Amino acid sequence: MTLTIRNASKTYPDGTRALLPTDLTVGEGEILSLLGPSGCGKTTLLRIIAGLETPDAGTQVRFDDEDVTRLAVERRNVGMVFQSYALFPNMSVRANIGYGLKVRKVPRAEREQRVDEVLALCRLGDYAERAVTALSGGQRQRVALARAMAPRPRILLLDEPLSALDAALRDSLRDELAAMLRQFRITAVFVTHDQAEALAIADRIAVMSQGVMQQVGRPEELYREPVSSFVARFIGNAMPLPGTIADGHLILPGGRLPLAAGTSDAEVFVRAEDVHLDEAGPLSGTVETVAFSGGHYRIGLAGVTGETLFATHPGRQAPRPGDSVRLRIDAGDLLVLPQDRS
Amino acid sequence: MRLTLPRLLQLAVTLLTAAFLIVPAIQSILAGLTVNYFRGLSSGFTLRWVGEVWRLYADSILLSMGLAVACLGVTLVIGVPAAYALAKNPGRLSRILEEFISLPLAVPGLALALALLQLYGSMTGFRTSWTFILVGHVLYTLPFMVRSVLAVLMAMDLKSLEESAATLGASTVTRFRTIVVPNAMPGILAGALTVVTLSIGEFNLTWMLHTPYLKTLPVGLADSYASMRLEIASAYTLVFFVMIVPLLMAMQWATDRAQRISR
Ligand SMILES: Nc1ncnc2c1ncn2[C@@H]1O[C@H](COP(=O)(O)OP(=O)(O)OP(=O)(O)O)[C@@H](O)[C@H]1O
Ligand SMILES: [Mg+2]
Repeated sequence: MTLTIRNASKTYPDGTRALLPTDLTVGEGEILSLLGPSGCGKTTLLRIIAGLETPDAGTQVRFDDEDVTRLAVERRNVGMVFQSYALFPNMSVRANIGYGLKVRKVPRAEREQRVDEVLALCRLGDYAERAVTALSGGQRQRVALARAMAPRPRILLLDEPLSALDAALRDSLRDELAAMLRQFRITAVFVTHDQAEALAIADRIAVMSQGVMQQVGRPEELYREPVSSFVARFIGNAMPLPGTIADGHLILPGGRLPLAAGTSDAEVFVRAEDVHLDEAGPLSGTVETVAFSGGHYRIGLAGVTGETLFATHPGRQAPRPGDSVRLRIDAGDLLVLPQDRS
Repeated sequence: MRLTLPRLLQLAVTLLTAAFLIVPAIQSILAGLTVNYFRGLSSGFTLRWVGEVWRLYADSILLSMGLAVACLGVTLVIGVPAAYALAKNPGRLSRILEEFISLPLAVPGLALALALLQLYGSMTGFRTSWTFILVGHVLYTLPFMVRSVLAVLMAMDLKSLEESAATLGASTVTRFRTIVVPNAMPGILAGALTVVTLSIGEFNLTWMLHTPYLKTLPVGLADSYASMRLEIASAYTLVFFVMIVPLLMAMQWATDRAQRISR
């Protein structure tokens, strides 16, 4: 199913504008991640898609060619995994998963068969008769997913499905969830504030900030061609190079960097992996910190920009704190973005 | 545990208090089972007085049970949806409403009865029917039902549970039936036992509302104390205990359970 959202916005009764007019399309079978910091309106948008929140006038939500904007939640046929999972404590695992089929009056034999299928897909066969209160966090999350999937929804919506788990478990379940979503082959929207999660699971990522959709694209696109400083900072932690731009150069405390012709009135960013130690480089700085992290060193440099600039250094040896070093940043690696007006 | 002087004192006071409460009760029960109270236990045991109580007051006992069941039915039908509505709309207005239905707790039963009499006393048919007493009992017990159910509903994540049921295709009615009621069951059970116990034991209000043909169990008790020989009155106490004590114990158990959930 293709999800199309046009001009979606939401103002809460207290006047909070949680979502400013937003357009979004999610293709058939695509997994899209809504990514952004806390409070940016991700849950609000997801709840508008589900029908749990009434959007402002002018909003249009379409499932394929059907306009569902005014369709009640119970008739939209969406599958939703809540942040808290919201499993029914009065029912067993099996009854939880069968609930959606039961209220839709699917005959018993067919229901049991579908539940068994989903139990197997989510590797819950051994727990079918347990009370949901007697499950671990990871198992609960799988029950929530199985329950949402059992009625064969048109779209699957997940609100931070991993955030209720502790950090160690979260990492291992991330790839497992990604694999499960792929095998369902369903159109899915996945909310998270963790970029690693979005990168691991999503086909495309929609980055949001303060109720505004900043950029939608494949992970590589967002990483290589961010359209705003917010996206550059949020995806891959780009560092600002605050300096003045004069006659085709960016002038920094530590030296001058050539820029592409015609650049003016811009913000320039760079990622740590694009800052190279090079004796012939145009920039100079002083090593502040050196941290070894497996395959490379992470070196903090003072004196290049006003703040600490980090460089990822892949060599076998690293300079020591206090050393003066020269640096190179290739022109093609600079992210030149329009000034952020906000 | 060493028996120090303060501990000993404490124990003595506790035992004394218990004895103060229990001894008269036991004495009264024994009186109801002895052949002749004035000759004491040596006159032998008998169930004659209990039989006599049944002959004289069977109507009261049956009326009380009927009233309790009817009262339970009405408080369930009004109270559970009311608690649900209050839990779903936790605003200022809900708090005010909750206080309002709890008002009968603060107003003495006598005053409540008087108000009912002033309002409906002239409607003879209603005034002399058992439903008149029922109205009093419902007013008096409803807040217990509402509060008990409300506490359990507030303790669970009602909003998320209902929303997830809704995304799975459940209508409002289905959600109430399959999610809200089953999960509120401990609160409903505690509320139900409280309502039945209170309804059977209620005296103040019922005494004001009763007519000579409509005496409930406690009103009959007062009547027997006032007009019957001591053995019959004592046997009546015994009957009353037999009915109310198991209810009290069940109520205690259910309330504890519901409170554990809502904490
Ligand atoms: N019922 C509500 N009434 C008023 N304001 C609300 C309501 N729900 C959310 N908001 C506000 O709307 C904004 C967006 O909220 P939303 O829950 O969509 O954020 P989010 O991106 O999901 O954040 P998080 O990652 O913390 O879950 C926030 O500023 C929030 O305070
Ligand atoms: Mg959220």
